[in-house]
Amino acid sequence: MEKIEFNYPEAKRLITKRAHVGVVGSGDMEVLLEPNSEEGARVFITTSVNGFGNAWKAVFDRFFSKFDGAVRIYINDAGATPGSVLLRLEQAVEVIEQ
Amino acid sequence: MNTPVLISDFVNRKSFIELDARARAQSLFDEGTYKELVGPFDRIESPWLAKQGIAPQSDDGCIVIKGKIGGSPAVAIAFEGAFQGGSVGEVSGAKMTAALDLAAKDSEAGKSTAAVLLLETGGVRLQEANLGLAAVAEIISSALVLRRHAPVITIVAGTVGCFGGMSLVAGVSSYTIMTREARLGLNGPEVIEQESGIDEFDSSDRALIWAIHGGEQRVGMGLADSLVEDDADKIAAAVRDSVHKGVPDKHRTEQVELYRARIAALDTSSQIDPATLRQQWANPKGVVR
Repeated sequence: MEKIEFNYPEAKRLITKRAHVGVVGSGDMEVLLEPNSEEGARVFITTSVNGFGNAWKAVFDRFFSKFDGAVRIYINDAGATPGSVLLRLEQAVEVIEQ
Repeated sequence: MNTPVLISDFVNRKSFIELDARARAQSLFDEGTYKELVGPFDRIESPWLAKQGIAPQSDDGCIVIKGKIGGSPAVAIAFEGAFQGGSVGEVSGAKMTAALDLAAKDSEAGKSTAAVLLLETGGVRLQEANLGLAAVAEIISSALVLRRHAPVITIVAGTVGCFGGMSLVAGVSSYTIMTREARLGLNGPEVIEQESGIDEFDSSDRALIWAIHGGEQRVGMGLADSLVEDDADKIAAAVRDSVHKGVPDKHRTEQVELYRARIAALDTSSQIDPATLRQQWANPKGVVR
């Protein structure tokens, strides 16, 4: 198991809603997305698969190139592929922007 | 061309099995009456999984929702089968016990509160073995207290099924609702195969497994109460019926002599197949009915 954290200080848009999507089942993950009390966005990942820090970084760099919300994102991951991770993140954004 | 397709009801229905545990629990309540207790944002996770290199889940795979079903107060406790096989650990067990205890407290105070348990579980979480076993004991004792005042209704919809310690919880409940896809049993097929060999029980033989553990057989033998299609509306209706029926005159687990006599009456001189078992069970030889 590995814990990974990222900061995206440029994401400053105020967010008021929160979202919870996904299940920590094989090949899947859960995302908790909520407003950040400080400026910028923070990401906290707990994954049962070690050694994929660079892949996580690439996925979040891409995600925050489009999304600018000041949020805290908590992820519990049971081996989701980068594609699934991005889909879950987009699903969470869909919930808060409904 | 072929005759018109007759499966449109099947295609258009809202599947219950395809919902996750939270959506299943929500689908049972009267619109706009429910709220979740100790939800994912409270982040009460298992403290034991991370120590063993396993990612936890923010609700520990146990969803507790309080609201009204058919106008009556009720609490639903759902296990998420996709997370660690729906297993019961320290946190998920404590959530279920506390919910049952609060329902019992309300019921004793005159506000009858039914509990609906949505069990998709392999039983005790092996990573939290002793705590999980203790949780099963606590859940059963809390269910036994509540069922004196208000019905405890178990739903096993599938596809995980309900096995191990949690099958005992299903056993002590007032009513059990199953689908044809669901399975209910103390030892799961793979456990029996592993312990007694493939000659005893071939867990890859799906027809055999469902003929023994499946919803149709369980309801057919009277070990579960209603067989409902995989349809969220029909399952919600079955739950409302059970809530309205209230506490049964006699729970299954209070009829020890009846079941003992039925087991004693079985002809075990040859291997009994599931259909014969159901028949012999319904018409036991030498048992005064």
